Amino acid sequence: MKEVFIIADNIISPLGFSTAENFQQLKQSVSGVQLHEDKKIADEPFYASLFPAGCELFMGDKYTHFEQLLIASIEATLSSANLDITSKNTILIISSTKGNISLIETEENNEALRKRVALHTSAQLVADHFHFANKPLIVSNACISGLLGIVTGMRLIQSGIYENAVVVGADVITKFVMSGFQSFQAVSAEPCKPFDADRTGINLGEGAATIILSSNKQDAKSIKVTGGATGNDANHISGPSRTGMELSHVLQKAVKEAGIQNADVDFISAHGTATMYNDEMESKAITIAGMEHTPVNSLKGYYGHTLGAAGLIESIITLQQMKENLVIPTKGFQQLGVTKPVNVAANTIIQKNLKHCLKIASGFGGCNGAVVFSKAE
Amino acid sequence: MSSEKHIIASCVISNGIVEKNGTRLFEAHDGDVQAFLVNAYLHMGIDYPKFYKMDALSKLGWLASEILLKDEPSLKKYAPEEIAIVLGNANASLDVDFKYYKTVEEIASPALFVYTLPNIMIGEMSIRNGFKGENGFFIFDEFDAGFMETYVGGLMDSGTTKLCICGWVDVLGEDYHATLFLVENAGDDTILFNKANMDKIFSGKKI
Repeated sequence: MKEVFIIADNIISPLGFSTAENFQQLKQSVSGVQLHEDKKIADEPFYASLFPAGCELFMGDKYTHFEQLLIASIEATLSSANLDITSKNTILIISSTKGNISLIETEENNEALRKRVALHTSAQLVADHFHFANKPLIVSNACISGLLGIVTGMRLIQSGIYENAVVVGADVITKFVMSGFQSFQAVSAEPCKPFDADRTGINLGEGAATIILSSNKQDAKSIKVTGGATGNDANHISGPSRTGMELSHVLQKAVKEAGIQNADVDFISAHGTATMYNDEMESKAITIAGMEHTPVNSLKGYYGHTLGAAGLIESIITLQQMKENLVIPTKGFQQLGVTKPVNVAANTIIQKNLKHCLKIASGFGGCNGAVVFSKAE
Repeated sequence: MSSEKHIIASCVISNGIVEKNGTRLFEAHDGDVQAFLVNAYLHMGIDYPKFYKMDALSKLGWLASEILLKDEPSLKKYAPEEIAIVLGNANASLDVDFKYYKTVEEIASPALFVYTLPNIMIGEMSIRNGFKGENGFFIFDEFDAGFMETYVGGLMDSGTTKLCICGWVDVLGEDYHATLFLVENAGDDTILFNKANMDKIFSGKKI
């Protein structure tokens, strides 16, 4: 089976337009989550991590804001990778939960609109913009979408079907998404507090991110994707498992595929949405796997929940942590508020040699996902 | 070399007709999509009250899975974690997205919002059957049997997936189509799991 290397990445978020800018902000404990008053999104003020109003990413009105985010992130990533994307060996994988859904808020429901909203329309526009030779693949699997995009890319390269995968994810926060999470009473009235005793729910966030995977190592320091798995709780469509057994099974499957033991995992990037149930479930899943002493963080306090981009953004920050051998603290966390005493990274940056790292995510529909990143020997 | 995979059952729901393994089980051409699906459900004698609260997309996918899996002995052969669900469609959850967004002006409906993701139907199938294996929902402009062969084949070759429900479930307004395949990493006298056979079953042709 072919090895899969990460050869380039990019994050475009309210914290910055490159991975380096984003990581610098996180190291300085800067958060994109702010109080917003925008009646177009919600009647009352809300905390979220949003791009400034009128933040058009250079491309005029041929592309929607969602598509501009995808294009800008891919473009920035390609500039640092030596890759022929017009070859049949490269696949574009796009991850999003709601894509252009904002269009139904303002446009009349007719055939043209229904076609314009479809994710495959956006995907084709983006693929054509860059002249990708292959039809793009689109992942839309709730909050594990970004992670599943990476896992899918890994699998397609491992089996030799493609040499390279450009995996990009984005979501935009508008009234549709905000009202939905509010209707679930899942949105916190303050900056979110992952794993904290006083956590009161999520903040939403916008962003886009890209990872380029390749069977061709670009330099000696390239990090590999060594394992990945998904699964289902088979419990409830809008609430996670009570036991964490299913996420635990998924993450242990990914670790096993990576060819390592649970104890070899040096760091876990959690989903950590700061809802009562999610964080509790994750703490159980981690503990069942015997990883309760392994440092774990959540980045939702910096980015909010960026939906289809979350798995990618949080993976890229994990990669950056591996390169610099440190763990970014969990912003918003003060006092442990889950029943299983997992080792939540808090307050200050921890220096730690990170060789193998695990990224996990869970979402509506009971889905769970996990991916393992390992430093090349 | 990977072992041979077979389509051990199929279910097609389209144009007012419900078929399993090419045999017609139900037909009705009056009423809207929701009414058709409820009538098919009643006709099949299924008792699962949660069915009624599902949106049209989950109703269609769930009903197709129920018919697909009925009396399939292979289900008992595998652990929950070895049974995967991999689906695709063209319109994600747009059908219920419109319906949800209409409620936002008054009181946003969490009961509708929860269905505004296409993979929710994977959750509904998993809850009903206790399946805990691989999940994946992908969007295409049209059914891509070649991708299914590659992706599901890869899951099975990795050894972690033994049985998989895969296929296409799409609803938008009054247009709907479901074709599900039950694929086993075994079998002998059944239909080979490949693009050509999936395309034939999808378009209603005999194998």
